Amino acid sequence: MSEFLPPILARYGDDLLDGFWITLQLVGLSIGFGIVLASLSTRARLSKRWWLRWLSAIYINLFRGTPLIAQLFLIYYGLGQFSGLWRTLNLWWFLRDPFNCAVLAFTLNTAAYQAEIFRGAVEAVPRGQWEGASALGLPRHIGFLKVIVPQAAIYALRPFGNEIILMVKGSAVASVVTVYDLLGETRLAFSDTFRFDVYFYAAALYLVLVETLRRVWNLLEARLTRHLDPASKQRMRRRKESVLEPVAS
Amino acid sequence: MDDSLLSLLRFGPQGWGDELLAGVRITLLLALATAPIGLVGGFLLALARRSQSARLRVPATIFTTVFKGLPELITLFIVYYGLSMLLSALLSLVSDVYVEVSSFLAGMIALGAVSASFASEVFLGAFAGIPKGQIEGAEALGLSRYARMRKVVLPQLLRLALPGLGNLWLVLLKDTALVSVIALPDLLRRTFVAVGATKEPFFFFFVAILIYFAMSLVSSVILGFLEARYSRGYAGR
Repeated sequence: MSEFLPPILARYGDDLLDGFWITLQLVGLSIGFGIVLASLSTRARLSKRWWLRWLSAIYINLFRGTPLIAQLFLIYYGLGQFSGLWRTLNLWWFLRDPFNCAVLAFTLNTAAYQAEIFRGAVEAVPRGQWEGASALGLPRHIGFLKVIVPQAAIYALRPFGNEIILMVKGSAVASVVTVYDLLGETRLAFSDTFRFDVYFYAAALYLVLVETLRRVWNLLEARLTRHLDPASKQRMRRRKESVLEPVAS
Repeated sequence: MDDSLLSLLRFGPQGWGDELLAGVRITLLLALATAPIGLVGGFLLALARRSQSARLRVPATIFTTVFKGLPELITLFIVYYGLSMLLSALLSLVSDVYVEVSSFLAGMIALGAVSASFASEVFLGAFAGIPKGQIEGAEALGLSRYARMRKVVLPQLLRLALPGLGNLWLVLLKDTALVSVIALPDLLRRTFVAVGATKEPFFFFFVAILIYFAMSLVSSVILGFLEARYSRGYAGR
């Protein structure tokens, strides 16, 4: 098999695929943990207590307004400074590993973006839906889960898909702190051989991943909105843009 | 402890304040130099993608799909190493020098291609937002194609595109940090140098993050003013 491949792929193809798998893990874990953190943060953002709203707004804006790579450096190098403290807390095994630091930084970053998406989606559901739920005698949290969330999910779907794609692209910065993700393996192969085409193979893998996600998301959206007629889909799309236009910083 | 940490930010030979400020200057310069490429490139790409002729439409669509989908960091490496190797190969035909593209130029080209791709998306959306009647009206007035674009379409287009373009500016400002990886002495790179000398990574990276945050905040205030100004004819609608 390998004699049909270009020589650089025959030699480094497996490494690139290993890196691709690490990239998938980085993105999957960060998005997964991110959903949990974003839900908590959205909860706080919509809370009645002002200090919870404030805290969550500061967190969201700080992480959305600064570069991901700087956040990663703060966590990887910055937290590493206090290794003595982490050792006594028995957390050092976690923070010592650049992969874990990358997952931590990406989770904090994507959760901030996701929280803003969730908030926009919840606020896009008309007030009458809340009022209707309470008129039916549903407790607030049941009304939220059974009435508001299913409708908000439709608003959130597309921006959420975009956020996953942004995370795939953003995850490449992990290679800077010696995580051997797809770009990390690519840089290694390049520094071994000085063969530039290895970058093109890596680029192709990234493009395949992003394009696949985009297409799956289009199918998902078609499925979730199958009860809407074309005119109201159009309206929703416009509404989504105006409501979920990411607010400056 | 706190006092001695803050004194690390002093200006002059003892502190790192002036180094960081010089880094901020490079960061802003790179963003300001790249933004026009994204703006003009994005507009031309949008025109090409709307064109009737497939010879314009297809390459423009491929260009945007590629640069929207690739991680910015890999685009940067491809431009930086690729351009250096290409130029060296071309020059080796006439002499035996090895040239290296400056990281500033590589950053400008790579981030310019990325922002142009995203900006073309914003412009396409804005084109779709201009009512058909405006174009028909301009045609009915007998305006030439150029005058139609210049006097009727563009003023409305800019208003519709401004929020999206503002977001792209904020994205661009953050993406400049990536160019520090290929040794551009921007804010993040200089922070790195300061960390190497002082062994205070948490403090310095936190300061860098606060500076980036301040730049984002100032930008969004200015963008807010611009948006208000460009939509002043549309109040209450």
